[in-house]
Amino acid sequence: MLNSKRLILAHFWLAFALFGLALLLGAWQMFIRSPMAAWIGNPEWYYRSLTAHGTIMAYVFPTLIAMGFGYAISESSLKQALIGARWAWIGFWLIVVGTVTSMIPVSLGLASVLYTFYPPLIGNPFYYIGIVLVVGGSWIWVALMAINLASWKRSNRGVPVPLAMYANVASSWLWGWTAVGAALELVLQILPVALGFKSTIDAGLARVFFSWTLHAIVYFWLMPTYIAYYTIVPRAIGGKLYSDSMARISFVLFLVVAMPIGIHHTFADPQVGAGFKFIHSAFTAIVALPTLLTVFTICASVEIAGRLRGGRGPFGWLTALPWQNPVMLAVAFSFIMLGFGGAGGLINMSYQLDASIHNTQWITGHFHLIFGGAIVIMYFVIAYDLWPHLTGREIRNLHLMRVQLWLWFVGMIVTTFPWHYVGVLGMPRRMAFFDYTDPAIAPDAIPVVMSAFGGFLLVVSAGVFFAILYKSQRSPLCDAGPYRFSVAVHPQTKVPVALNGHALWIALMIGLTVTNYGFPIAQLTVRSDTSVPAYYVGTRK
Amino acid sequence: MTGMAAYAGVHQATMPQARVETVDPTTLHLGGEFVESNLGSAIEPDGSVTVRAIGQQYSFTPQCILVPANTPIKIRATSADVVHGLLIQQTNVNAMLVPGYVSVLTASFTQPGEHLMPCQEFCSVGHEGMWGRVKIIPKEDFLAIAATQRRLSCVE
Repeated sequence: MLNSKRLILAHFWLAFALFGLALLLGAWQMFIRSPMAAWIGNPEWYYRSLTAHGTIMAYVFPTLIAMGFGYAISESSLKQALIGARWAWIGFWLIVVGTVTSMIPVSLGLASVLYTFYPPLIGNPFYYIGIVLVVGGSWIWVALMAINLASWKRSNRGVPVPLAMYANVASSWLWGWTAVGAALELVLQILPVALGFKSTIDAGLARVFFSWTLHAIVYFWLMPTYIAYYTIVPRAIGGKLYSDSMARISFVLFLVVAMPIGIHHTFADPQVGAGFKFIHSAFTAIVALPTLLTVFTICASVEIAGRLRGGRGPFGWLTALPWQNPVMLAVAFSFIMLGFGGAGGLINMSYQLDASIHNTQWITGHFHLIFGGAIVIMYFVIAYDLWPHLTGREIRNLHLMRVQLWLWFVGMIVTTFPWHYVGVLGMPRRMAFFDYTDPAIAPDAIPVVMSAFGGFLLVVSAGVFFAILYKSQRSPLCDAGPYRFSVAVHPQTKVPVALNGHALWIALMIGLTVTNYGFPIAQLTVRSDTSVPAYYVGTRK
Repeated sequence: MTGMAAYAGVHQATMPQARVETVDPTTLHLGGEFVESNLGSAIEPDGSVTVRAIGQQYSFTPQCILVPANTPIKIRATSADVVHGLLIQQTNVNAMLVPGYVSVLTASFTQPGEHLMPCQEFCSVGHEGMWGRVKIIPKEDFLAIAATQRRLSCVE
């Protein structure tokens, strides 16, 4: 049952509208720093655009998708109306107000500090206040998900929590805790300086706080995608989920090990000692485990679908799969991009290999392939799958959906593969201009042009995506029936206590964060000699 | 992979700096290790070379770093204002320069030649213009210049 259709639609529409705007900024950035454009004139415009692109794409867009999808999961998997719908609207409006508040100073050029903040650069305080409001709004969702699950559990004692809701609540706790790092940085360090109460800041400590958020946030972006893999894909392609327990184990593993690994983002930093860099590198290796479990389980589930459709032999099930089905196509694309992106990630987590690509275009390529590619393509699938249940109107043009998914896949590969290549050549990221006439930079020119065309394909794909949703508004009303999730081959009748609740895993998550972050943070906090003067941007010094 | 990292670390192949060192960015120019006259490449008694450099909005000092080939090199660098990065292209020399802290790297270059050294972290408007250079020359040539100069660079 989906009661809060307007609430869910509001989240999805706002998410995709902002995504469309930020995508256009991204494509403009790719053009302006390629050899196709002459000197930009005022490089400040580039950093302004980059700040908006990163802030929207990293904080606002995926958070709204996770929230909207989360409300849909809560209502349809628990079969109970959302408790606290009024609070959910307050959360939504906090995000709207927060986004506007932060984007005004960004568009005026008063906060071109990029979404990673990196003090001692300090922008207009309203930029940071806006982001705090966005995070605050999303924390309402975190609380609501826990409250809805607890209420359901009280009236359904002994019944296993539906997998979709179990994963959704894991995702919300992950976000609730990972956002704490950046929130501490903003509230304790940056805002006092931005508001003028202080004029010095510890830039090293800020980077450690931010790394707490910066890695696990990627897993938060990933969560809706993984929930779609487990609970939408097998049902949509006519198969069954291979293992419900394996799915639960993957989600709780993400909860535990996504967090205490963020210092791999500061491998090249001087304020973290060698020991903690090694510990975090080792823990990062562990986080590959839940992804490998997922790849195994989903491939097995897809094989079940192929065999149910009459596929035989070691490979026959592959050709028997419903390749005309957009969900089948999207999950294949998503896995290919996840495979390449994951391989790149193994390189980034290794201190010695990271040294040659840290902060180059390789990194930009890496997270666009994972997030923009593997993750966002499944956000499209979530929207396509959920839309008829929200609007009561069917999306009938499957052909156009396939075209859109193909364009996104090809566009993302063409965008990110050349980025990886120029990264290996040592091309730094986040620059508004490159002098391609320099013989040492000239080899970057052609790959950069290629990747810009990949970016243009992505814009076309997003245009098709909006056209599909718009056209569906005009198709006749239909009854899509109740929104359903995949069924496991062996449906769970009894689940171990640990895999039916989150308490143990949340305790481990917090415990490991304390052991892996406590000392570096405490040490930098007590030192008095590490604060440096702030540099205010957008004002004359 | 973790085993490989441990092996490489123990054998000093590419190793994170062992300890955290701090420095006050507001007094770099007044005295101490990073005063302007001490920046550049210096020969140590054991034959190795120490390079001292700073990054500031929007350049490196020295803007062109001169080092000998086939010599153990230690780079000590910091920032005078905001977060910068130091990346020597075609090598695995790559470090963040965070104001308040000293970044320490070890390297050894086998081939004479010239590399670009861009700042790899956004340091505000002007970041796109922050490119330094590194020039690697044969060891004999380096020693010949070192006979007459205390701190070496290729700034012309």
